[in-house]
Amino acid sequence: MCLSIPSKVVSIDKDRCTAIVDTIGVQREVGIDFIEKEVKVGDFVLIHIGFAMNIISQEDALESIKVYQEILQKMDEEERRQAIIDGDNCSG
Amino acid sequence: MEITAVDKLELKELYDRFRDPATIKALAYEIDKEAQNLKESINIMEVCGGHTHTIMKYGLKQLLPKSINFIHGPGCPVCIMPKERIDHAYILSMQDDVILATLGDMIKVPGSRGSLQDARSLGADVRFVYSPLDIIKIAKENPDKKVIFFAIGFETTTPMSAALLQHTIDRGIKNILFHINHVTVPEVMKELIDSRDIHIDSYNNKIDAFIGPSHVSVIAGAKIYQPFPTKYNRPVVVSGFEPVDVMEGVLMLIKQFNQNRCELEIQYKRSVTIEGNTNAQKLIDKFFTKRELFKWRGLGNIPYSALRLKDEYKEYDAEEIYADILPIEEIEDHKLCICGDILRGIATPNECQVFGTACKPSSPLGSCMVSSEGACSAYYKYGSIIS
Repeated sequence: MCLSIPSKVVSIDKDRCTAIVDTIGVQREVGIDFIEKEVKVGDFVLIHIGFAMNIISQEDALESIKVYQEILQKMDEEERRQAIIDGDNCSG
Repeated sequence: MEITAVDKLELKELYDRFRDPATIKALAYEIDKEAQNLKESINIMEVCGGHTHTIMKYGLKQLLPKSINFIHGPGCPVCIMPKERIDHAYILSMQDDVILATLGDMIKVPGSRGSLQDARSLGADVRFVYSPLDIIKIAKENPDKKVIFFAIGFETTTPMSAALLQHTIDRGIKNILFHINHVTVPEVMKELIDSRDIHIDSYNNKIDAFIGPSHVSVIAGAKIYQPFPTKYNRPVVVSGFEPVDVMEGVLMLIKQFNQNRCELEIQYKRSVTIEGNTNAQKLIDKFFTKRELFKWRGLGNIPYSALRLKDEYKEYDAEEIYADILPIEEIEDHKLCICGDILRGIATPNECQVFGTACKPSSPLGSCMVSSEGACSAYYKYGSIIS
């Protein structure tokens, strides 16, 4: 029940308090009653049983991705260093 | 490795980036390094069944050092529904003038008289709805019937039930009723800690830290977990559902232990705030109040752990209206089923003697095998990947 993936807002019907969202190519109508900020076309939202629960913060998502890229880069450097050490210790 | 800059997000990146195998591996490497400084092993309870599935599906447990253990929690609304409540749904569905509507896997869970699926085979009108608002359409198309919404779920689904009641009142619809089974997360977390404190000798897997549920927190706000670091001395990190989210959540918890911190932190910042969704909270407060006691399957009665409709809305409350036909006697679970211990986090599914034999998704004995969020279902589905 809890697993849901982000969807993109395609159009908004303010009178009915609904939006059409795209979830990996599938379009459906959802309620936007609970969204506190104004929803805009192009926003990413989290859908739960027919309702948009919130607008996903792109800023925070991008910040997380940046952190992961730094970890990845750090790991690559460690791996390169490890490869060199392994090479130095090679007895063959 | 080439690091690509991401200036603007595309929808695909919002899930691909958080499922990226290289990132999962890098986080496992960081966790391994950090865990070497731990003074002792730590047990992390992932409260929500959604997290249990992520852990099993992506084999995250196998990527972690031995000093980090996951304890699977009770955060599966179908799993914790006691037979008494399922019997209510069954009895209501068998009334001639009733259409019973519910969400998720609820129709497959056996009560003492059978499941809602069994009731349907006997002629009951039981409908599965994708969204509670679908019930308005059913009610309009069937003006001679009462449509009863058997509402289940944690803080995540409660606002949608509240929204349905608001729409029902606003549109003057007279044939929608509610059987409310909404439960709340902090109370069961407290119960799990307290019961371990009481039975300290029989429980050897104390909970050291929590990974807080994602979607519950989107609605209720991370603030609901504040008592756990401050009063119960258990750190909480609210994590997202993707594997990268869970791994980062684990890393954040280990860092807290190594730095002698005990705090509430949010990993899932792209969706969760401390305050949560106040529109949803207001709507919940408008219609619902706490029950003094609610029986959880396998866990027993937990005070103030569930909601009911406020008295002023009792004309919509199926429990009130049909009180004379809804039994209140307690019902025992199947003797061989250890769902209770699994929900309490003191046993894993593969310790159950009927797991995968007498109890399978196609013929479940216990609710943890029925629900797609249940721990047994996760072990059954993904067990072969990791064994």
